[in-house]
This record gives sequence, C-alpha cells and structure tokens, in this order.
Amino acid sequence: MQQGLNAWQLIAGGDPTLFAIVQLSLTISLFAVAIAAMIGLPLGALLALTHFPGRNVVIVVLNAFMGLPPVVVGLAVYLLLSRSGPLGQFGILFTPLAMVIAQAILILPIIAALSRQTIEDLWTEYRDELTAMDVGPAGRVATLLWDARLSLLTALLAGFGRAAAEVGAVMIVGGNIDGFTRTMTTTIALETSKGNLPLALGLGLVLIALVLAINAAAWTVRVWSERQAG
Amino acid sequence: MRAPVNDLPVRFERVSLRAGGMTILDRIDAVIEPGAPTLIVGPNGAGKSSFLRLCMGLSTPTDGRITWGGRTDAKPARRAFVFQRPVMLRRTAGGNIAYSLKQAGVPREQRAERVARLLEQVGLSDLGERPARRLSGGEQQRLALARALAREPDLLLLDEPTASLDPAATRSVEEIVRAAASSGIKVVMASHDLGQVRRLAGKVMFLVRGALREHVAADAFLNNPSTPEAEAFVRGDLVV
Repeated sequence: MQQGLNAWQLIAGGDPTLFAIVQLSLTISLFAVAIAAMIGLPLGALLALTHFPGRNVVIVVLNAFMGLPPVVVGLAVYLLLSRSGPLGQFGILFTPLAMVIAQAILILPIIAALSRQTIEDLWTEYRDELTAMDVGPAGRVATLLWDARLSLLTALLAGFGRAAAEVGAVMIVGGNIDGFTRTMTTTIALETSKGNLPLALGLGLVLIALVLAINAAAWTVRVWSERQAG
Repeated sequence: MRAPVNDLPVRFERVSLRAGGMTILDRIDAVIEPGAPTLIVGPNGAGKSSFLRLCMGLSTPTDGRITWGGRTDAKPARRAFVFQRPVMLRRTAGGNIAYSLKQAGVPREQRAERVARLLEQVGLSDLGERPARRLSGGEQQRLALARALAREPDLLLLDEPTASLDPAATRSVEEIVRAAASSGIKVVMASHDLGQVRRLAGKVMFLVRGALREHVAADAFLNNPSTPEAEAFVRGDLVV
C-alpha cells in the first residue's frame, strides 16, 4: 500500500527521472513502429497482391515470426552490431538507435503479416470492381491501403504495443544504461530486482495507462471513421 | 481522357469457356451492335454471367476470339459493369462516384459537378454524403449504376441488377437503364425475368447450358420463339 502511494507520488509529482524514462521509451517505440510500417505495409500489400513460387512459405514464416522471442531478436541484433560483428564499425551497440533497430525487427513481421491479411481480404472483395474500373497496379495498392486504413492502424498499434512492452531486446542491445538507454520495461526489471518497488510500480502504471490511452484513441478514430465512411 | 475509339460492335467468334472439365460456354458466335438493350435470358447456370464477364474482358475465352470495335485488347476503357451484388467502396456515396470518375480520367475540378449530376440521375441526391455501405440494397444498386455511368461507356453490362430488389426498387433501376439506353449507351443485361424482357429488351439472347439458342429481336422471341426451349421459357415452363 505504502509503495503504491509512493509510486503515485512519483507520477503526480512529475519525477524527472521517471518522465525521462517514459519519454525515451515512447520515442524508441514510435521510431520502431515508423520504420517497421515503412517496410511492413508495402511488403504486406506486395504479398497480398502478387503470386510467386514460395509465397506460401514466406507467409508461414512471417506469421510464425509474429511471435519472435524478443531476447532472440536482441541477441541477433547484438551479434550484428557488436565490435566484431558485420556492422560493428558503426559503434551503435548500446545506443537508442540499436534499440530502435531491434524493436523494428521484432514488430516488422506483426505489421507485415496483419496488413497482408487485411489487404488480401479487401482485395478479394474489391477485385472485380477495380478490374472493371480499369485500376492499374499502383492505383490498386493506393486504394486498398486507403480503404483498409482503419484495420491497418490497428496493425500498427499492435506493433506499438508489442514494442513498448517488450524488455528482452532493448535490454540486450541497449544495455540499460542509466539516463541513456534505460526504458520503462528495463527499469521495471532492474528496480524490482533492487527492491525499489515505488519506481517500478510507478512505471508499470504509466505503461498500462499509455497502452490504454493509445487504444482508446484508436477506438475513437475507428468509430468516428466508420460513421463517416461505413 | 476518353480514348478516341469505340468498343462496339463486340464480336464473339466461336468463343468457348471451360473450367475444371466443365463447359460453361460452348462455341458462341454473336455480334453485339449499338441499339436498343439486349437482354440475356436463360435458366440459372446457363452461362449468362460468364458471357457478360467475357464481354467486359474480366475473363478470357478458352477458345475462340472476342473483339471490341475490331480490337482484341481487353482493356475496359469504354465499358462498364454492374455486378449482381455490387461492392461499395468504403467511402461515401459521392466518394464512390468520384473514384470512378477519377479512374475514367475526369480532371479533379470537374468531378464535384459530375458527382452531383450523376447522383441526381439515379435519384440519390440527398444521400451523397452517406457512407455507401449504409445504403439499402436498391440504393446501392442505383449507386453502382451511377458509378458505371460515370465512365461514360459505349457498352453497359448489367448482371441481373434487379435480382434481389423489390418492385419499386426494380422500377427505378429499370428507369435508369432505359434512360441510359436512350442516351445512346448499348445496354447488355442478364435477366431471368420475362416481364423485364417485355419492358426493356430490343433484342434477346437466349442461353441454355452454355449454348446460344436464339439471338433475335425481342418481339420475335416473345411471340414466336423458334426453339422448343425458348417456347417453353416464354410459356413460363421450367427450362433446365
């Protein structure tokens, strides 16, 4: 009870350490979603609209990778970025950039697989009409992305939720350096093991509140747009 | 912009369509020329929809050849199709028409005015801002017609557009079709409703099990059919 009170005081009092951590977490996850979306949405659309040998294998692998263990992604990115790794010369291991890369890789399959499914379903529905209207390949992709935008937004949020909540990947490639690469989840893990429960609890509350707020916003957008466009 | 070509006449030269060992259409020879509406009649499964899809270029024949105004390229530049169950884009009613106008190459600044005119033409002026998927079945069918007319087609293909509509909605769809036909658009429409043939048809194509049994003026078909199947069909007997 006392710890819950202390946690609340940290939040309500605007504790600077706590808010710096929250800010860093959000920034990293947002960049990760942006990068994963830039690759994942077109990739999903491409997979939905094309047929090539091995397409089913790609889809199965993509669906399976939606559940990639974060620590394994962290390890792989660690090996890539470590001094002796192929990308070691850039010296970005244990920086926020490395954390963005790891999270983007983690959620890319989620965004690509969900958008592939969404776009393929819509394409099945629209195919005859768009063909009859003589819509070319680029126009098809644009139309499908636009008309599926609400479901795609949900895919992006699923990716964001996963990125913001994971701890394994950012722990390994970020190193949990105080004031530099320490996120909400890594701080919670660390502070809990140190016995500093108020900060851990406070961050946990903030994390849950953020996830709730984002989903509430998405839901509002969805309801509003459905009223607008059906 | 509109291509300076015409898609008419549509010529079928010994066109067959087969799928999975089944013959859907069997060696069809036919010419569709400008004029009063052609109604394609026949029992379910006779190949009416497949014929229309071939006319549109949505599917390709297994054998034979189709030409549009003498050309073999199937690009539906001057054709439009209204499906039996049209799919509304996830946009407003007006947005659906605007989309079709855009695809037909109508410049952006002309679209709003054309949308308003087309909505009026199909009696949906008050519903332009309504999400298309919220419209009733009859309204959706009329919107699909407006979307098709937005393409300013030479050839308008309709696949049983009134099959699931009540008489009032059927009448308004038929009025739009009649107006389109009298404005010079060639209408080809599948139907299994003999009353509709009487009301709309200039010519009739009668299909049975993938074969074109008659292709004659509507009067001739209704008053003195030349095949036993057509006679039975006109009499109201069940033709299978």
